[in-house]
Amino acid sequence: MAKKRVKVQKKPYLKVIVLGLLSVALYVAIFTNEVFVRETWAKGGAYTALPILTVFIISFVYGSFANYVFVVLGLEAKKR
Amino acid sequence: MSRTKNILSVIFISLMLLMLSTSPAFAAGAIEVFKGNRFIDLTIMNVLFLFIVGFIGGLVSGFIGSGGAFVLTPGMMSLGVPGAVAVASNMAHKFPKAMIGSYKRYKYGQVDLKLGLVMAVSAIVGVQLGIKVQQYISHMWGAAGSNLYVSFSFVLVLITVGGYVFYDAWRIQKTGGVEGTASLAQRLQKINIPPMMHFKKANLTISMWFTVPVGLATGLLAATIAVGGFIGVPGMMYVIGASSLVASATELVVAFLMGLTGSIQWGLVGMIDIRLTLIILAGSLFGVQLGALGTTYVKEHMIKVVMGSIMLVVAVSRGFAIPEYTNQLGLTSVADQSVQLMSNISFVIMVFALGMGAIIILTSMFKAMRNKTPEAEVGAGELEKAVN
Repeated sequence: MAKKRVKVQKKPYLKVIVLGLLSVALYVAIFTNEVFVRETWAKGGAYTALPILTVFIISFVYGSFANYVFVVLGLEAKKR
Repeated sequence: MSRTKNILSVIFISLMLLMLSTSPAFAAGAIEVFKGNRFIDLTIMNVLFLFIVGFIGGLVSGFIGSGGAFVLTPGMMSLGVPGAVAVASNMAHKFPKAMIGSYKRYKYGQVDLKLGLVMAVSAIVGVQLGIKVQQYISHMWGAAGSNLYVSFSFVLVLITVGGYVFYDAWRIQKTGGVEGTASLAQRLQKINIPPMMHFKKANLTISMWFTVPVGLATGLLAATIAVGGFIGVPGMMYVIGASSLVASATELVVAFLMGLTGSIQWGLVGMIDIRLTLIILAGSLFGVQLGALGTTYVKEHMIKVVMGSIMLVVAVSRGFAIPEYTNQLGLTSVADQSVQLMSNISFVIMVFALGMGAIIILTSMFKAMRNKTPEAEVGAGELEKAVN
């Protein structure tokens, strides 16, 4: 009997796990140092770079995590 | 191609210069606004509220290009966050959310980057105009006068524009769900007043003199009611002539640039509570991607259905807030208890508006997903048949 093979796209489980852990690590690092972070990040002036950079980093890491979660769940854009 | 690149570079540099030049005045104003303790204590309930509203707000803005801020800012204030910190923290979550949303929709081929940049630059000028108008009203009639102006603008704009968007969506639905270019936009596109601008993705050519005012109005409204998209998206659809898909996706570019410049300005005066921003972001980065994904499944006019419905319900909500300010100005004498009740009703209706928008999006999206002809599955099925 000939072997039947249908190409199935691999789901990015590893990416979900790595990015998920990285996101949790970032959030834990920030919220366990809550008082220091909230005060320092709101000092104004040159310290403005801190909140802006933080949201950029979170967006890339956590945003990619969210993206791969949807891929794993099978929720992908429909090609028009 | 290099000419386009040059134009985009000039637009970007002017955006940055504009932002830097307006920072000192903005900072002085923000410091004046700020009073009291900046940071609230986080409780489980606070965190859950921000996360859930963040998710729903993200879902709505990923789909219609804006939304969420009208619930998040008053919501944070009701948790005890000072007004300036609520606005700043909300804005700091808005720009990364819009960045991710616009990136997703760019990948789906829905974003007109050039239109977004032109709109953003003019909107930032519009914000400065809006601040001047607010300052003038505040100077003449005090805080209550300013609040009344905000609520009145809210109700007026949302009922007229929202009503028209909703009517248009209903009309399209009745005629089979096919969207055409608005007649006003068609007429404006025929008027040749140089410089004419061509927008490739939106597939239209229109004079700069019709494009810039839409951006200015977006900024003016953003400075007044904090939801510029409620004029930006309809403006791009009905005045410029972009489709609802392109208009809502391009609005995310505008929101990103406006949000980034605004966040830097708020950050300079130390008003961003990064904890609140990150909690909202945790919900909204999921929501915005789901909303963006939804646009690839539903019929285009659903964007108008959601936008029109939300705008009309929010208008009702703001209507309930008006007696508080007319009382303060001595124009009416509604009992304090009634004013408090109306204020609470106003907030509940606003939350309902956002929830309703999310339900329409999710229902239409999952319905479309069930009914779709799954290209990948068909492909796999055919492959399997061939192997057999």
